[in-house]
Amino acid sequence: MSAAHDAVERIYREEYGRVVASLVRRFGDIDVAEEAAGEALLTALERWPADGVPPNPGGWLTTTAARRAIDKLRRESRRDAKHQAALMIDDDTPHEPTGVVEDDRLRMVFTCCHPALAPEARVALTLKLLGGLTVAEIAQAFLVPETTMAQRITRAKKKIRDAHIPYRVPAPADLTARLGGVLAVVYLVFNEGYLASAGDTPVREELTGEAIRLGRVLRQLLPDVPEVTGLLALMLLTEARRPVRFAGGELVPLHEQDRGGWDRALIAEGHDLVRACLAAGRPGQYQLLAAVNAVHTDAPTAADTDWGQIATLYAQLETIAPSPVVSLNRAVAVAELDGPEVALALVDRLDLTAYHPWHATRADLLRRVGRSAEARAAYDAAIAATGNDAERAYLARRRGSLAP
Amino acid sequence: MSQYLLSVHHTADDPMLSAPLEEMQPVFEAVGRFNDRLMAEGAWVFAGGLHPIESATTVDNTGAEPIVTDGPFAESKEWIGGFWIIEAPDLDAALAWAAEGSKACAGKVEVRPFQEEPA
Repeated sequence: MSAAHDAVERIYREEYGRVVASLVRRFGDIDVAEEAAGEALLTALERWPADGVPPNPGGWLTTTAARRAIDKLRRESRRDAKHQAALMIDDDTPHEPTGVVEDDRLRMVFTCCHPALAPEARVALTLKLLGGLTVAEIAQAFLVPETTMAQRITRAKKKIRDAHIPYRVPAPADLTARLGGVLAVVYLVFNEGYLASAGDTPVREELTGEAIRLGRVLRQLLPDVPEVTGLLALMLLTEARRPVRFAGGELVPLHEQDRGGWDRALIAEGHDLVRACLAAGRPGQYQLLAAVNAVHTDAPTAADTDWGQIATLYAQLETIAPSPVVSLNRAVAVAELDGPEVALALVDRLDLTAYHPWHATRADLLRRVGRSAEARAAYDAAIAATGNDAERAYLARRRGSLAP
Repeated sequence: MSQYLLSVHHTADDPMLSAPLEEMQPVFEAVGRFNDRLMAEGAWVFAGGLHPIESATTVDNTGAEPIVTDGPFAESKEWIGGFWIIEAPDLDAALAWAAEGSKACAGKVEVRPFQEEPA
């Protein structure tokens, strides 16, 4: 691979979502848009290495792809008499008003995350159409065979076409409800990248990077929705710790991390965003989680962590978005404030036996209260429940440090 | 504009099925108001409630001779109780009608697009 080739690939990946989304708006068909975008890439790969990258590569790709799509529709309209498609060749007027914000990618995100599509299809389509990931990459990220992922994406695209799922940002009144699903998809993509559910790659940077990029697009387009800002802040503050989260193939937990290795620029940006969204006075789950991470990244050493504030934030989260996972996280803060016995009582009440952090947290608390035999069993259960090798290595070391 | 079938699904343990007629009156009235709205907004194509599932007869003429059987084509605990056919610009509009229809008739509503006429 030449350097020029790599550069084309990189620009293409960055511009893909924009190119496809604008072609979908114009031609009203995802397959036409994707095929034309693919042909534009081939042309770019031929020309750019020799002629140089054009000053506006995104615009070049969109124009080239649009010409390809028009050529294709002309050929088809002659063959199949597809009058409707033929009309679009000359009709460059914008479609009907498209909602609160005019942005092709935002429209695509809402189309991909439509509640009429299955949740796993929403994630896959978002990554495919906006992130430009290949079906093979998406299948690998979610540990399903490529054929399964291909079928899932094909079915979703077919449903969009047959049921006439609109390419539209919902009306302001519906935005909050629908936005929840969009944010959930972006966060899911981020989390899968941040702690891969299996395999020897503990982190998948292309997924965390893509989720953050989508988060930035959403924030650019919906700057006044505090949860959008909260999610971006949460991802940035989490991402900031990534460089020191793994060492020697082993997970390094928060309190053991070398804070000198945290990305200060991301932390500063994250803190600004947390302040901005909380100022709106409408705290939601992403804002509160971001605030928790702001407290962690604010402490110069682990011992300086303001656990009281973290416990308060999780308690607030328990009221607005109660879940046993939130209660588990609050218990971790409670352990620091009121001691491991109190926290253990909270943790034992939670119905989370299928969730490996529950076993890992229990193991740690049992170790701290001196119940070594039970701690060992809990470490065993945690190790059995996680598919991430680096996390397994960490848990095995902790188990090994127990009294025999 | 596209056409959608909004079908209403009843289940065997639906309390509505055994309710006396006067208790059903508010449901009939709500459905009547919903139908009026569909017509007023130009979304109405056709609608109808169906007699209970016991009234169904199934005809199978895929073999040599037509076979007529008493009962629905499949034994199941859910069946269609009635339906609307509506015109809507897109799925979101159809789903909004379905949400209103479901509330009115106190049943689950499935939304399915009709196939387009071949060009």
